Amino acid sequence: MEIGLGHYLTVAAILFTIGVFGIFLNRKNVIIILMSVELMLLAVNINLVAFSTFLNDLTGQVFALFVLTVAAAEAAIGLAILVTYFRNRGSIAVDDVNLMKG
Amino acid sequence: MENANLIPAFGPAIPEIVLAGGAMLLLMYGVFRKVSPTAHVAYGTVILFIITAFLVAGQGTLTGTTFSGLFTVDPYTRFVKLLILLGASVAVIMSLTFIRREGMDRFEFPVLIALATVGMMMMVSAASFMSLYMGLELQSLAIYVIAAFHRDNAKSSEAGLKYFVLGALSSGLLLYGCSLVYGYTGALDFVKVAAAISADHQTLGLIFGLVFILAALAFKISAVPFHMWTPDVYEGAPTPVTAFLAGAPKVAALALTMRVLFTAFPAIAPEWNQIIVFVSIASMVLGSFAAIGQNNIKRLMAYSSIGHMGFALVGVAAGSVEGVQGVLIYLSIYVIMNAGVFCCILAMRRNGQQIETINDLAGLSRSQPLFAFFFSMLMFSLAGIPPLAGFFAKFYVFIAAVQAGLYPLAVIGVVASVVGAFYYLRVIKLIYFDEPAPVFEGPMPRELSVVLTLSGLFTMFFFIYPAPLLAGAQFAAAALVP
Repeated sequence: MEIGLGHYLTVAAILFTIGVFGIFLNRKNVIIILMSVELMLLAVNINLVAFSTFLNDLTGQVFALFVLTVAAAEAAIGLAILVTYFRNRGSIAVDDVNLMKG
Repeated sequence: MENANLIPAFGPAIPEIVLAGGAMLLLMYGVFRKVSPTAHVAYGTVILFIITAFLVAGQGTLTGTTFSGLFTVDPYTRFVKLLILLGASVAVIMSLTFIRREGMDRFEFPVLIALATVGMMMMVSAASFMSLYMGLELQSLAIYVIAAFHRDNAKSSEAGLKYFVLGALSSGLLLYGCSLVYGYTGALDFVKVAAAISADHQTLGLIFGLVFILAALAFKISAVPFHMWTPDVYEGAPTPVTAFLAGAPKVAALALTMRVLFTAFPAIAPEWNQIIVFVSIASMVLGSFAAIGQNNIKRLMAYSSIGHMGFALVGVAAGSVEGVQGVLIYLSIYVIMNAGVFCCILAMRRNGQQIETINDLAGLSRSQPLFAFFFSMLMFSLAGIPPLAGFFAKFYVFIAAVQAGLYPLAVIGVVASVVGAFYYLRVIKLIYFDEPAPVFEGPMPRELSVVLTLSGLFTMFFFIYPAPLLAGAQFAAAALVP
């Protein structure tokens, strides 16, 4: 069987959905949220590279490189905020993130 | 690709380059000057914003695209950039006393605001989904950090964490949408995307992409149903950060939304128009009703800002030059009113602590009559009571909606603004008619009273001479809508 664009897009869509659900359904640990965010961004990269090959156009691959770079910066900032949060509260459980409500 | 164009024209991007370079220099100054650099860096940032504003204004009527179609300037970008620079400089000025008193006196704070401003200017000038994403991320990453800037405060770090998680989700949605649009049109430039859509038929994939992108942008302007983060982040973040968040980033995100809709997707206007109308109604209604039960003034302002974005979106839904003009006027007036209100909130201090509950304002008119007067005028203006500036803001977007035949939207908007007036008037009632609470620490820091006075005077006397703002907004809007 030939592996075509549709297969890549399906994998990317599944990964993206897992990422989104990982953010909403996870009740345990904020680190898992960070991992889910990375998963979403990587799903996007698969999409971009697949489209780029399919369209014979380099722009998508350039975009994918930018996304990778920004994802690294985003993870660094997310972890830094998480560290300050842990120092204040002594926990990174998602259920404990509840000082403000309403 | 022609070799002659290998080096792009830098001219149109000079203001951004100067601002980014200047921010780096201020960072170096802060690192190498050992003794209390914060005040110097903050004033330096304000001066840098003013220089950038002159460079932006100095571009005159320059219109064009550079960096291989990634970056564009026209009267529309210039109008919005000047507004962003105004909002950002006011936020830095308002933070001066606060960060010293609250022990978050670190020079990175103004520098991060400057970097966020570079990101916002990039967003406004974006002509392709790639530069849009880079600008948006530069802005968001800087703002995540300043939301959590009060690092010994549990609420501030929780605000930063929440903003980060939901912001990362929204940039994921944005990217997924961009990738779908890229796949189904074969281009990332707004102009090429628009050409591809009008050339062949719209596909389901493209509509999916549009919906993902709109969801992410609605998140950035905190429109319902993507507003969940707003009250928590506004309450938890340090007050000057909240003031900044409610002003410039909203302007940038809404301007970007209009750029994407009018430049990249004009061919599928009926599709996105439904979404905008829904989001606008939902924001106006939720902003009005949910604010009624709030007791924390920063939370109240969060719901107020959700409502105001709903009103501004009425102009986007109209989709005409008048609509965009109305949105730009709305945003200008909103940024100025907002600055004034947050000056008042920053001045609420007792026993060396910031206080944030609405009941603490009771009887303010007896202890500080002038402060109380300006605060009430700003509240009347936010409610949209004539002849204050806030009335004209709403007037122009509703007129545009009526001209576009969106009567239900305009009617719902007027009803929502009447409901919304309730909670603004409640604050005024507390200030003038309730038994006095203990007095605030006085006097108000000088920079706050200057900003408050200017904002209050603008709000009260806008109706005498509105022509310059109207003409500027119209010139800008004509450049965006074909």
